[in-house]
Amino acid sequence: MSIEKTEKIRAFGFVVPALLWTVAFFVIPFAVMVVLSLAHLEGRDVVQTFDLGNYVRIFSEPSLVKGIVVSLEITFVVTIVSVLLAWPLAWIIAMQVPKKWQRLAIMLAVLPFWTSYVVRSYSWALVLGENGVVMQTLIGIGILDEPIQIMATRTATIIGFVHFFVMLLTLTIYSNLVQLSPNYARAAQDLGASIWNTMRLVIVPLTLPGIMTGAFLTFVLCIGDYITPQILGGGNELTMPQLIMLQLGRRGDFPMASALSIVLMCIVTLAYFASARWLKMERV
Amino acid sequence: MRILSWFYLALIFGFIFLPVVVLVLFSFQDSRLPIPPFDGPTLKWYVNVIGDRDLMAALANSLIVSLISAAVALTLGFLAAQGLSRIHLPGSVAMRGLMIAPMTVSYLIIALGLLNVFNSIGIRPSLWTTGIGHVVINLPLCFAIIFAAMGDHQKNAERAARDLGASDMHVMFLVTAPMLMPALLAAYFLSVTFSWDEFIIAYLLTRFDVTLPVEIWSMLRSGLSPATNAIGSLVFLVSVALLFLLEFTVFRKQKT
Repeated sequence: MSIEKTEKIRAFGFVVPALLWTVAFFVIPFAVMVVLSLAHLEGRDVVQTFDLGNYVRIFSEPSLVKGIVVSLEITFVVTIVSVLLAWPLAWIIAMQVPKKWQRLAIMLAVLPFWTSYVVRSYSWALVLGENGVVMQTLIGIGILDEPIQIMATRTATIIGFVHFFVMLLTLTIYSNLVQLSPNYARAAQDLGASIWNTMRLVIVPLTLPGIMTGAFLTFVLCIGDYITPQILGGGNELTMPQLIMLQLGRRGDFPMASALSIVLMCIVTLAYFASARWLKMERV
Repeated sequence: MRILSWFYLALIFGFIFLPVVVLVLFSFQDSRLPIPPFDGPTLKWYVNVIGDRDLMAALANSLIVSLISAAVALTLGFLAAQGLSRIHLPGSVAMRGLMIAPMTVSYLIIALGLLNVFNSIGIRPSLWTTGIGHVVINLPLCFAIIFAAMGDHQKNAERAARDLGASDMHVMFLVTAPMLMPALLAAYFLSVTFSWDEFIIAYLLTRFDVTLPVEIWSMLRSGLSPATNAIGSLVFLVSVALLFLLEFTVFRKQKT
């Protein structure tokens, strides 16, 4: 056996444990899920059939169709608002804050990351509640006469999500911005571009990889999250993850939960292909 | 422009910190509801929380699961990166893709997949099954971070060590691992953090022994309470303290 060949076998030996783990606990569960999504529930028992009944139901039963629509609407709004809020923040930290304070500024900007995820949603429930700080303040300074309901609406879900993803996007956009040479902006301005045009035509396009990477992560994490809509949005408008958990909890309908999960996964895959040409994960 | 910048900075920092400030402030609330007006300060909720046996058991469970699952993910990820970076194997690209794949799938879906499998072969939910799930989500992360950190100078140093007669084990522990220390630490701490804070996998894959996020979740069911604020603030303060400790020890050294 050649040295080259023994080297290869040895290298492969290093990879085997991780591969086995991934196959056993990721690939096989996924395959099981696909098979199970073709089964259906009779009474409380799962009967293995091979038809697309669950998928037909997902796209015809109003409550399930609505789940997909609600999830997509929330996710799109959250992604766009988060990008719009995070970009200026990242830009100010990268360009206006003195170099030696930048690391501290970024650490501060993402500090609430370090609260536990469940607790963060709970905190927003405190803030946005009928007797919470925001309502009390607005009533106190005379803007409102009585509290308006934000909790248990879509608005609360969106605020909770935006809070989390502004931090994430600030990180990806900032790390993109600091890699840009200041010469781009200088050149544009020397050639007579206004500050506004420099931003719009030079700096923003150059940060597209950072924006798209962050936006993709936002999309994936947002559409798959159960906690935030469950704590803040309540039960009026269910998102896809809430519907999945409902199938599991109330009825033990594993086939339907599996089918919904696969639809969710397909949506994420579509989002990936839509943004793939800008995704440069290694640059962020 | 400057004034506008500072104004925006103040506004957005206000938004970012609002829930954290409210969380911490009302953990010192004297009455039973964590809403204004503030009538503290008192430490009774902290005493309450630290004396809560279920909560402390959950905290210990979370620590165990996160430290161990992160160590397993790190080991597997390190070995795989080592194997895939050293030599070009047939199917290298496919193997890399497979290793990274779980990163793009929602935790809920990974949890449901594992639950299906464990149900069908009769394995009961426990901290072990949760740990397995956490390795699945952290392995791609560890692999990607370590793989990205392995460069040519790495390979040269390893080759030099081997030419000088070091065994595989020696090369790995005396050359590769020390050179990759910053990446290894970053991968480990990120994995611990993700596992520590992970909810949905732990929720679906535990039953009697639960982790901290699941225990906090069940506290929420009984409504708003300053006790929830207290445990939330406690976890936050410990995480931030650890973060600053790391920043000023490990990662400071790495830069010089």
